[in-house]
Amino acid sequence: MTFSLAELMICAASRVFDEDGEVLATGIGLLPRLAASLAMSTTNPDLMMTDSQAFMLSKPNPVSGLTDHNAQASENWMGFSRIFDNVWSGARHALVGPSQIDRFGQTNISALGGTYGAPKIQLLGVRGFPGNSICHANSFFVPQHSRRVFVEGECDVVCSIGYNPARLPRGYSFEDIDIRQVITDLCVMDFSGPEYRPRVVSLHPGVALDEVRDNTGFDVLVDDALPLPETVMPTTEQLAIISQLDPKNLRSKQLKGDPPGLRLPEREST
Amino acid sequence: MNKLTSAEEALSVIQDGMTVGIGGWGPRRKPMGLVRTLLRSDARELTIVAYGGADVGLLCASGKVKRVVFAFVSLDFMPLEPAFRQARERGSVEVTEIDEGMMLLGLRAAAWGCPFIPTAIGLGTDVIKNAPEIQVIESPYDNKDWVAMPALNLDVALVQATRADASGVCEIASPDHYMDDWFVRAATHSIVSIDEVVESEYFQNPDVARKVFWERNCIQSVVLQPGGAHPTSSDPLYGFDVPHFKRYAELINEGGFAAWADAFLGSDEVAYQQSVGGLDAIKALPLPVY
Repeated sequence: MTFSLAELMICAASRVFDEDGEVLATGIGLLPRLAASLAMSTTNPDLMMTDSQAFMLSKPNPVSGLTDHNAQASENWMGFSRIFDNVWSGARHALVGPSQIDRFGQTNISALGGTYGAPKIQLLGVRGFPGNSICHANSFFVPQHSRRVFVEGECDVVCSIGYNPARLPRGYSFEDIDIRQVITDLCVMDFSGPEYRPRVVSLHPGVALDEVRDNTGFDVLVDDALPLPETVMPTTEQLAIISQLDPKNLRSKQLKGDPPGLRLPEREST
Repeated sequence: MNKLTSAEEALSVIQDGMTVGIGGWGPRRKPMGLVRTLLRSDARELTIVAYGGADVGLLCASGKVKRVVFAFVSLDFMPLEPAFRQARERGSVEVTEIDEGMMLLGLRAAAWGCPFIPTAIGLGTDVIKNAPEIQVIESPYDNKDWVAMPALNLDVALVQATRADASGVCEIASPDHYMDDWFVRAATHSIVSIDEVVESEYFQNPDVARKVFWERNCIQSVVLQPGGAHPTSSDPLYGFDVPHFKRYAELINEGGFAAWADAFLGSDEVAYQQSVGGLDAIKALPLPVY
């Protein structure tokens, strides 16, 4: 059985929703949306999901090949103002792709470098990250694991609250902050080390821990019980459902070169 | 009361230094005809409050804006809005950067006459560090920090509706009315741009009346501008114009606001619509699929 790295990441990311029960799953971006849709189609049918426009669905829409919204499985109107009623209730789990993540699990999608008054690169703005991070569960999806994403210091603009003692508001504990997992093209991480420090949960097939460490700007812990587990590979059933959810195979265009999920052995140069 | 008027007449209420809220969301159902009329006016030193797209980008690029209150400025399919990006990277606009939900709370506070609404949103982030005007306060009921999201009082709100009658009863037939209801409630004076004008009897159908999200006394001026949301969408009548947005990004990146204005702004909306292929072409733009 062959599968792509994108498909391996989709399946790994879908697992973050397994134990969520009846919450709104929001995957921002094609691969995170596929991950949430896969979870709703397999391990957690109680999940709730929108059409990314204004309606809640009882069955996820395909992420490609849809020609209109008329025949979709709408449940209720769910415009953006009502999304915030859900966000503030806490019954949501977002899977998002920040531009920067630091050792505290704080993230940035606002701006990079320069000064705040004149950043080197203006990105999106904080969007809903501050509210998401203090209200409900969040997981992160990183298509290219690098020191540019996993920064050495704090994020240039801290858009979401993390496990940073210096920023903990009065009356709050780290238990009030719910960062679940980080799925990258190399590994799966979480923040379940001592004092909520980052930890490697599993390595993708063929990836060495040193490669993760070389590409991460901060220390990552591992459990004492070596060796590290390998990220669980997609099943035939999962791959079939992913194909149904993405009939135009847009997932193959999301990672540079669409690498295979099982790394090919390094070829000797001749 | 007949509130039908021209865009120029309606926008004459906007004075230098005013705070103007703009409805819609990113590339969706923005009152772009009103924005273009504002671009042709002498108004300056404005504060803009919006879930921003090219409306915010163009106003910033034109030099009319002192401050932007925003959570994002994006064209969705094109994540980074080119003109806003340019203005920010040059440091030419001041900003108050807040969470999307904080903006909703600020508009509600203004609508309800409250100085602020307490929220946990923003705690632990740079939102409260970079916006010192937003205070963190003690609660009389618990021992926790709360962000006091201040009222976003608007002098003028600009919104785009599908249809209205002359008295300002507005139908938004699109799937989402976004936060437009809170923009008009937060404003002293609200101007709606509409694609189609209807007789008041049109609203006797309860299915239509359900698509009216504020009362007519929230609206002071009604401007009939078929195709006026272009290049943003006015679902279900037309979608957003992806090729035009790509051309817009090229012009902004190559020659800034002047390059776009020379190519498209024109002296009025008739000239604008001619430059983008005419009203029939706008009405033929396919609806977006997400």
